[in-house]
Amino acid sequence: MGRSLWTLLKRDITLLVLRRQDVMTIIAFFLIVTTLLPLSVGPEPETLRALAPGGVWIAAALASLISLDRLFADDWRDGTLEQLALGPAPLALVALTKITAHWLALGLPLVLLSPLMGYALGLQGMALLILPLSLALGTPVLSLLGATGAALTLGVRAGGALMALLILPLYVPVLILGSGAVSEAMHAAGAGPHLSLLGALLALALPLAPLAVAGALRIALD
Amino acid sequence: MNRRRIPWLYFTVPRNFYWLVQRLVPLIWAVAAVLAVAGLYVGFFVAPPDYQQGNSYRIMFIHVPTAWMGMFLYALMAVYAVIFLAWRIKMADVMARSLAPTGALMTALSLWTGALWGAPTWGTYWVWDARLTSTLLLLFLFLGYMALYAAIDDREKGARAAALLALIGVINVPVIYFSVEWWHTLHQGMSISPSGGASMAPSMLAALLLGTGACWAYCAAVTLRRAQTELLEREDSTGWTRTVSTDDAPPAPRGVAVPTGRRN
Amino acid sequence: MWDGIGDFVAMGGHAPYVWGSYGAVVLLLGLEAALLVRRRQRAWTRLARQARRSTTARHPSTGSES
Repeated sequence: MGRSLWTLLKRDITLLVLRRQDVMTIIAFFLIVTTLLPLSVGPEPETLRALAPGGVWIAAALASLISLDRLFADDWRDGTLEQLALGPAPLALVALTKITAHWLALGLPLVLLSPLMGYALGLQGMALLILPLSLALGTPVLSLLGATGAALTLGVRAGGALMALLILPLYVPVLILGSGAVSEAMHAAGAGPHLSLLGALLALALPLAPLAVAGALRIALD
Repeated sequence: MNRRRIPWLYFTVPRNFYWLVQRLVPLIWAVAAVLAVAGLYVGFFVAPPDYQQGNSYRIMFIHVPTAWMGMFLYALMAVYAVIFLAWRIKMADVMARSLAPTGALMTALSLWTGALWGAPTWGTYWVWDARLTSTLLLLFLFLGYMALYAAIDDREKGARAAALLALIGVINVPVIYFSVEWWHTLHQGMSISPSGGASMAPSMLAALLLGTGACWAYCAAVTLRRAQTELLEREDSTGWTRTVSTDDAPPAPRGVAVPTGRRN
Repeated sequence: MWDGIGDFVAMGGHAPYVWGSYGAVVLLLGLEAALLVRRRQRAWTRLARQARRSTTARHPSTGSES
């Protein structure tokens, strides 16, 4: 079972990396949304710095949302998902593996790029360190929640827009805690509480979300 | 079999449920009317004006009940969703689905009345107050439930997916609520909170409770009726509706004899 | 407590807010109930039409001709 999951993880990452285009699109999307911030609110460093944590976090949340849209769609259409559901591994673990692969290929690059965007928006010192840290804790939660939405809207017309309606309200706590952590760090206050709570959310979502995803996938496969 | 041992399962049979609603709903309407009249009387003619807010605080008697009902109906919807997912009782799905529009309406009304209360109290129709913000998010959760249900063509699949979404939503509601509350306290809170009357006159409390009772009865009546209608829409003319229609003389189709099918 | 009906309607200067709230509630709840009544009537009409059609189809001689 462990072997089959490992194979699945490698397969999913390989597929994403080989089709470089998907990864590049999401990264470009993230960069463009962050670029829109100074263009829409003006270049004053003070204003920008105040809006930077929220801006980067919103860009990351939207990038996560649109990249998750097709997390299960291809496998569902060509029957792979049905095979996986019949396989030895529990569907929840299969879902968790797919989410992990997705996050490694599409979430991690955003985490690594975020200090760059933070710096461009005027973040300094500790905040530049806390930003990727908060994203590293928060974006997996976004992926887990988003995967639930992707599974629920599998095979639905206009699934992407519907998924945004279903999932964005659930993203709120992560967004509050993530951008809050960076803001606290900017004001030389401790970001500890925010980061701990983000970690708590991750600890909650990690076991629960895959179960919900598996349930939703079963509905779609029936 | 099992049905006989658990009495309330009797009413999960569409025909029996129809019969129950036919008898319950007029009573609930009467309760709603009595409570509403009493609540409005106490609210407008007994409760004194607030020394700080004058008469605008009387919005509370409708604002707080609608807000409570919004939250209560979401929780109730999730309970029915769990029952449906666990035991596949079709009636539970019908109830959950019937609760959603009324819940969304209650939430929307509490936002509207909250904005109108905020205008004279805070000097603005909208502030990003913790309670207002989480109520807005609750409205989105209701809308998402209804949109997902409507988007899936297969009714059985749609019902299960929507039920699962309601379950996920209800687990997230406390997390959302506390995170918004925390977010708000960090960005310095409002000095006056409208519904935070430290000491409430007994007449005000009475009006509030009567209003809540009236709202609850209204929601119950409308939801049960909607569930009943949903059942009718799912049936065809060969089923139980033929017998029910003669016993209960449904109000609607004037002259159109539903029981024509019975003659043979 | 109130000095006549004019004072009551004025709500101490807060009339638009108070009556705007209660008015919206009455309006929307009424609308919801009315829509529901209509939906129920439609459901019954559909069932009635279906019942008539099936009897005519099954017993062309005894069914009501229309």
